[in-house]
Amino acid sequence: MKRALPSALSALPAALPAWAITAAALTVLVIVNGLLQPGFFDGTVLQSNLTTFLPLVLVAIGQTYVVLAGDIDLSVGAVAALVNVVTVTVIAATGDGPDAILAGLAAGLAVALACGLVNGLLIGVVGLQPMVATFGTAILFSALALRILPQAGLPVPDAYWQTYGGAVLGLPTVLLILLLAIGFVALLARRPFQTWLKAVGGNRGGAFQSGLDLRRIRLSAYLISALFAGFAALCLTGETASGDPLLGQSLGLGSVSAVALGGTLLSGGVGGAAGSILGALLLGMIGNVIFFAGLPFEYQTLVQGLIVLAALAGGVLVARRR
Amino acid sequence: MTAPSLSPSGLSTGSRLATLAASPLALALMAIIVLLGLGEMLSPGFARGDQIIRLLTVAALLGIAAAGQNLVILAGGEGIDLSIGAQISFGAIIAGNVMNGSDAAIAHAILAACGATFLVGLVNGLGVTLVRLPPLVMTLGMMAIIQGGLVVFSQGIPSGNAAPALMGFINQPALLGLPGILLAWAVLIVLMGLLLRRTALGFAIYAVGANARAARLVGLPVRAVRTLVYGLSGALAGLTGVFVIGYTGNSFISVGDQYMLPTIIAVVIGGTSLAGGTGGYVGTVAGAIALVLLQSVLTTLHLDFWGRQLIFGGTLLLLLALYGRQTGPRV
Repeated sequence: MKRALPSALSALPAALPAWAITAAALTVLVIVNGLLQPGFFDGTVLQSNLTTFLPLVLVAIGQTYVVLAGDIDLSVGAVAALVNVVTVTVIAATGDGPDAILAGLAAGLAVALACGLVNGLLIGVVGLQPMVATFGTAILFSALALRILPQAGLPVPDAYWQTYGGAVLGLPTVLLILLLAIGFVALLARRPFQTWLKAVGGNRGGAFQSGLDLRRIRLSAYLISALFAGFAALCLTGETASGDPLLGQSLGLGSVSAVALGGTLLSGGVGGAAGSILGALLLGMIGNVIFFAGLPFEYQTLVQGLIVLAALAGGVLVARRR
Repeated sequence: MTAPSLSPSGLSTGSRLATLAASPLALALMAIIVLLGLGEMLSPGFARGDQIIRLLTVAALLGIAAAGQNLVILAGGEGIDLSIGAQISFGAIIAGNVMNGSDAAIAHAILAACGATFLVGLVNGLGVTLVRLPPLVMTLGMMAIIQGGLVVFSQGIPSGNAAPALMGFINQPALLGLPGILLAWAVLIVLMGLLLRRTALGFAIYAVGANARAARLVGLPVRAVRTLVYGLSGALAGLTGVFVIGYTGNSFISVGDQYMLPTIIAVVIGGTSLAGGTGGYVGTVAGAIALVLLQSVLTTLHLDFWGRQLIFGGTLLLLLALYGRQTGPRV
């Protein structure tokens, strides 16, 4: 639809992606933060910031695939809480050696996949409405998390958080995880699966008529989303070094914001996980800048809401010129 | 899916009954009866008159807020209002500060709360229709802005309190043993019915929700209709906020948060499709009552919190599975 637009926008190059505004906002925040926070670009400071941002980045990547298929997953926070308590409980029950940690990680990821399977079956196969159904399963997963670990506690062995906070193969562990996640995103972007996801989200009837297995594709997206929520939970466990049945409550709506900021249409069919990574980093940086600008903590929610809406509105205006 | 406003005139009585039995409203009503029986069985006195009035009062707070959610969802375009919880808190805090315990200022408090939230709702609507932000993130962003604004404005300390007459209106019998809030809810139910079934705006909301393109082609002001429903949703949330502070006596900055997701659930289990265009408020009323009853029955069970939540989540999914299923590949 053609409309009159401010001339400043018209002067921009024509082929800007929808996440350009997010990338620009992120760049500005990085510069501002670099000026405000002494040593922002030091290795250890970058590593500590990445540690804080990584869980939302991972959840936002997984959320993207669900949103691409035209669905939504509001249960990711509850999945993360359940994975966290299962992991710390299994580790505590099997000793505190490396074997116990590996058993805990495996159990946590298995639980994540089970959660994804429940979501995928209810929505992809039974046909429940995605938003309300994942809200319902979130209540179930949270209840199970509270059953397994009623109160926060149960510390993990030192080796767990030392490895997470340290380095593997010469790279900081958090950076390695981020690179692996980016590798996954790049790999999946080249697979037919992502095209199918977009087809399912963009034109469900057409995708069905062209012979795509809608159930399997939507179910797979929920499995990926839950798996990444599981990865995020394992990272949060490395950060907090203990279990918490109420962990991750802001991840659900936060990841949807990150996905939208990353230029993925919430109605499905258009977008990609690379933008979601930028969106999640932008959300993280806002908190950082507010802290180092010396603004009272109370301003965080307000400023975050304003910046998110401004960036999204800017993205819509830029995209609409085409 | 057909609009419930169409009468199934071609159907035999038998299949009409079958259609009725499978309708969300009938299921919600059945759920209400079963839950009441269950509650009475588990804890005798559960279904006593004063207990039911107490439950209905809680349901009224949810139901009035859900009326706005209902309008937004009916008007389609992925319409949803996640800022309702924050707007309830906003309304409650405005009302508390305007009244400050004085009966004379109740009318001013209602006007100020509903007026401010109506304007906030209009901003939501303009963000959705003019800027074309997805409703989910527009209202989510608004939620953050209101919550953040309230924290900054009040420094986290609740201020203002309810006038005695307002508290009486919510908690004391006014007519036929019913508190004023239930009479107000009854009036709202009638008004919503008239609005949706008897006015041009009501028809426009259904038309825009069912097929925005067709609605535009027949000359309906699609954007104006959608903007207005967000405004109405805000005003109804503001009104809920006034009643919430009357119910509790004073407010805190997150007093409304607990209503946000339940309004969506009440609308959906009441049979309004999240895709827009089909459904109505009577189903939402039944959905709100069923939801409050379910939570109340679960409280009478001597279960741990996790056990109650497990049953609550399971029942919710079961209700959705009974009639909330999407048929075919469409959404």
